[in-house]
Amino acid sequence: MNNNPHPSIEFSLEMMAEVERIKGQFPEGKQKSALLRVLHLAQEEAGGWLNIPVMNQVAKMLGIQPIEVYEVATFYTMYNLEPVGKYVLEVCHTGPCAIEGAERIIGYLEQKLGIGVGHTTPDGMFSLKTVECMGACGYAPMMQVGEFYHEKLSEEKIDRFIEDCKAGKVNVGSWKIDKLAIN
Amino acid sequence: MATRKILLANDHIPGIQTYEVYRRQGGYRSVEKALKNMSPDDVVEEVKRSGLRGRGGAGFPTGMKWSFLAKPEGVPRYLLCNADESEPGTFKDRYLMERIPHLLVEGMICASYALGCRASYIYIRGEYKWIVKILERAIEEAYANGWLGENILGSGYSLDLYVAPGAGAYICGEETALIESLEGKRGNPRIKPPFPALKGLWDCPTVVNNVESICAVAPVINDGAEAYAAVGVGKSTGTKLISACGNINNPGVYEIELGLPVEEFIYSDEYCGGIKNGKQLKAVVPGGSSVPILPAQLILKTANGENRLLTYESLADGGFQSGSMLGSGGFIVYDEDQCIVRNTWNFSRFYHHESCGQCSPCREGTGWMEKVLHRLEHGHGRMQDVDLLVDIASKIEGNTICPLGDAAAWPVASAIRHFRDEFEWHVREPQLSQQRNYGLAGQTLATV
Repeated sequence: MNNNPHPSIEFSLEMMAEVERIKGQFPEGKQKSALLRVLHLAQEEAGGWLNIPVMNQVAKMLGIQPIEVYEVATFYTMYNLEPVGKYVLEVCHTGPCAIEGAERIIGYLEQKLGIGVGHTTPDGMFSLKTVECMGACGYAPMMQVGEFYHEKLSEEKIDRFIEDCKAGKVNVGSWKIDKLAIN
Repeated sequence: MATRKILLANDHIPGIQTYEVYRRQGGYRSVEKALKNMSPDDVVEEVKRSGLRGRGGAGFPTGMKWSFLAKPEGVPRYLLCNADESEPGTFKDRYLMERIPHLLVEGMICASYALGCRASYIYIRGEYKWIVKILERAIEEAYANGWLGENILGSGYSLDLYVAPGAGAYICGEETALIESLEGKRGNPRIKPPFPALKGLWDCPTVVNNVESICAVAPVINDGAEAYAAVGVGKSTGTKLISACGNINNPGVYEIELGLPVEEFIYSDEYCGGIKNGKQLKAVVPGGSSVPILPAQLILKTANGENRLLTYESLADGGFQSGSMLGSGGFIVYDEDQCIVRNTWNFSRFYHHESCGQCSPCREGTGWMEKVLHRLEHGHGRMQDVDLLVDIASKIEGNTICPLGDAAAWPVASAIRHFRDEFEWHVREPQLSQQRNYGLAGQTLATV
């Protein structure tokens, strides 16, 4: 785990309100149940990854020990324990995606971005990861970037996607509830 | 066979995702019926009589699972919906939740009423982030229209429903790991007994059901157990969503009447539409990556020469010697160009990655299998590796707390059972196997 100082461990008021809403979904004394979702929010606010100060802050918010947060953060694949790029490209490489050319897609991305799997471009724009089955097997190959799936990938689609990212036109979504979605 | 759709009957209607359209199509009628005219036990009985079986993979009768729930005085009970869909090849629950989120909400209300739950949770894999919002919106609409909250329809029954996202861990689809995860912990499966029906979420009696099973509760209550049981064959009643992928012309999610012949499912234009590019069928994994792979001739016909049907029984016919399982309905099709060794290595890597690490046979064994398969696939295999793999798989199976160990062992054991010559060819032809695939030639037919 990374213990580098973090630019900000003060969470936004918006996030604090969301944390309260999530805590309210569980009975008194069972607020630890909110941990996974709160960590998603914390990671988003902290620039896409979790370091120890951020996790300690989460522990404090939920009234649990820091170790309880670390053991969860190190178990689940969606939490990043090292800095990542602005766009994290998570390409599925499990069976059905492999049949449809996931390895070709990963190779193309490595070459296009000039980085290997598990790395981030020097400008901090892109990270490349492989992930296990995402439940998009019928629409393979695929990758997830932020909230959304990008399916039936081809070299052309990837070219366009990378251009769109560079132009700031890609929506990566958010763990915060969509204000529009709530009547 | 004519397709009778039950869960996806209104799938084609524009706007079915919204409350207004869903309600106009008769949505939430099962809640009205259950809360006004039925006791909770009546609902349990109805589901029992429908013959509905768990759609997540195990196929355990849903109503019977419900009837095991302990009901001590003054202790809350919980219904958890398992929306952690992560079994490779499976993407049906996602389809249901994206397209008809209110069907799940409706099913959750009926099922929660039957079990006497005051609060219920939908545990969904964290990667389905956008579906969390779809579900929360549907729940919000259900509250706004009086289907959730205090004293629903003046019945005196109250229910709160929440969505809880995971954070990336296949193991959380195992019900006790799911419970651990929902408690805000690592997804380490629990030793059973005690079963969740006695001690589950926060040590309270708990039922965990798959998304599709819960969705099916609404039509079972609406149209009655008999109508549901009239669909299907024998003990495989009703319909099943099959998510089809791999080398087929029409990958996607299909609702089929249980009993549909596998051959029709693969070759009919109504479903998979045949093998892509006019190639030959080589093999099928019919129920998600965990279930045994079957070569073409055994997926189309049983060892006794009967047509293989999409039912729990027919797919399992012949045991693991010549059969497989319906599982989650993740139907993966392989054409003649696919390499079975490579696919088995890929799946082994998956299980190694997803093993929670609690039990040594699984933690170590999945890694060994991955390594041995890797060297076989990459031209460094030894002839004794094939039997070594069978040996490792047999020592994982049955020796772990949860079924992940079995799930990791079965694909390896079955691939070698049916495609041993292809594994041995990789050893005999280390160079050639790097240049081309084995194809169909010499495929083991003798196992039957």
